[in-house]
Amino acid sequence: MANTPILSCRDVSKAFGAVQALDHVDFEVLAGEVMALVGDNGAGKSTLIKGIAGIYPFDHGEVLVDGGTVHIHGPRDAAKLGIEIVYQDLALADNLDVVGNMFLGRERTRSGIVLDEERMERAARETLTELSVTTLQSVRQTVSGLSGGQRQSVAVAKAVMWNSRIVILDEPTAALGVAQTRQVLNLVRRLAERGLGVVIISHNLHDVFEVADRITVLRLGQRVAQLERAETTQQEVVHAITAGTLERVPGMDETDAEAVEG
Amino acid sequence: MTDAREPGGPEAEELEEPQSGFTTPTTPALMEYGRRWWQGVKAGELGAMPIIVGLIVIVVTFSILDDKFLTERNFTNLLLQMTAIATMAIGIVFVLLIAEIDLSVAYVSALGGVVMTLLLRPEDPGWPWWLAILVALAITTAIGFVHGVVITKAGVPSFVVTLAGFLIWSGVVLILTTQYSTAGTIRIQDKTVVGIANDFLSEVQGWILALAVVVGYALSQVRTAVTRRARGLDAKPTVLIALQIGGLAIVTAAAVWFANKDRGVPKVTLILLVFLVAWSFVATRLRFGRHVYAIGGNPEAARRAGINVDRVRIMVFMISGFMAGVGGIMLASRLRSVATNTGGGNLLLLVIAAAVIGGTSLFGGVGRVVSALLGALVITSITNGMDLLGLASGTKFVITGLVLLAAVLVDAYAKRRRAARGGV
Repeated sequence: MANTPILSCRDVSKAFGAVQALDHVDFEVLAGEVMALVGDNGAGKSTLIKGIAGIYPFDHGEVLVDGGTVHIHGPRDAAKLGIEIVYQDLALADNLDVVGNMFLGRERTRSGIVLDEERMERAARETLTELSVTTLQSVRQTVSGLSGGQRQSVAVAKAVMWNSRIVILDEPTAALGVAQTRQVLNLVRRLAERGLGVVIISHNLHDVFEVADRITVLRLGQRVAQLERAETTQQEVVHAITAGTLERVPGMDETDAEAVEG
Repeated sequence: MTDAREPGGPEAEELEEPQSGFTTPTTPALMEYGRRWWQGVKAGELGAMPIIVGLIVIVVTFSILDDKFLTERNFTNLLLQMTAIATMAIGIVFVLLIAEIDLSVAYVSALGGVVMTLLLRPEDPGWPWWLAILVALAITTAIGFVHGVVITKAGVPSFVVTLAGFLIWSGVVLILTTQYSTAGTIRIQDKTVVGIANDFLSEVQGWILALAVVVGYALSQVRTAVTRRARGLDAKPTVLIALQIGGLAIVTAAAVWFANKDRGVPKVTLILLVFLVAWSFVATRLRFGRHVYAIGGNPEAARRAGINVDRVRIMVFMISGFMAGVGGIMLASRLRSVATNTGGGNLLLLVIAAAVIGGTSLFGGVGRVVSALLGALVITSITNGMDLLGLASGTKFVITGLVLLAAVLVDAYAKRRRAARGGV
């Protein structure tokens, strides 16, 4: 593993009105590792990844890719830097087939005009095969007919197809059964083995312990722990999630006080 | 838009054989294809099946009830009657694909016809036919643009915006027709324009058209199959392609032969076919078409994929306006005039019904351009058959309404089946 994190956030903060959603958080992921991001509801997990995705800017702090500061102003910028995010709702169009979804918005064309279906279909199959996603009958079936696990696999394959280097997965196993969860977790491991930096957000500590190399715990907008999976226990993580020591008490910070008064 | 990164990575070129999981790229047997198709039907991907069944039922019923229904004279009449409806329904198919509606089409089409007619009046201003048509189409397209902009930028549902359009443009049609004529009817004297919907292809031209349709379809099918096989992808079985080409050849030849026994294939049918092919191409082969379907399926997914959703929506309403204009010109040409009541009656209902009966889903994302043709064929056959039987207007409305209801129920049922099968 390289020592420079492929992606890191330094001292990032984000407030929505008087609510300090993120409070001077550091976060990093190395190439080839799975970093889990855990925390209770409202801990700031979503705010952090949306900030990385460029959906809104952080108020403070910086984002670095390969150790260099980057400015991400939207999903397109993120994609250019090789950052892909698989949201919980997957953002698949049910009426399109697997190929159509994987290339949505980035369709390949012949001489810039006509869709090059054959080329897209081959590339889609190759990516799925590389990821050992073998449960699909055909890449030409519509997504509406796929199971939850298959849909998740398609969404992940869509994300990695573009030679992305950092993949962020938001609750990828939340709606899945046992067998399908296994499918998806295996897929997550394979992404890391391919040398990608993988961030996985999950509420399910069992899944986290199965797939993650390191665990970052957020609580009330602050990072309260960063743990090596091999050196920690579920109890320790649960304790951090629910009662991790906060550096700053929310509401007592000067900037917060100003915000309230202002 | 250019994305330097290539999918598949450096290994992309090396993988000749798909390793596992997918059907091998050998041609699957015809049986296998039929089985998959039937699975799709059961799962709610009905395609053109209900409409073809419906069409057969209609033809059989009316030819039993009235011996004039299945005559060559009535067949060419039917072709003339359905063309404008099918043309306008193409625009509606696009609108329905993005899960919107355009209630203004009938009066926008009327406005197209009226503008063209006014510009053609001899010496006042007496424009050449092509310029009058061009201006009329530019205006109806611009109206679609305005509807689209209001819908997307102000976030008002298309139902309300185009309902307002319905009133506004019917008013404008009324103002224009009453201002420029005392009788309320303005006649078209330009030979070319009248010829659009009143001239017929010669027998030979009809056969050339049939040949062009079949050869064009065959070429596109064969070309796709050959490219797919060359790239190691599974393609339609050759037998199936042959059967489809053969089927199309038989239907086309029968239609041309039948029409030639009467006055021939109407010119306006040729125009409709050109639009059908062109818009089918746009819907299935271009990026724009793919984006239209994506927006209908999941607008949020489309937005996140970087598609300019508003722009596509506005363009779809422009297509609707444009095709309404074309349909309006066809209607004006067929009646050789426009009048205060142009665009009124049940035109709007017939156009939207044609798109829906043809199999375009009201829920967005599902449907094909050709469904405009099939739906128009069904709805005009019913109207035409009931006219022959001399049914009262009331009865005709009730029956037409029931047919539309049946089509919508089939759509809703198919959607439930699709949802039941889909994942979670």
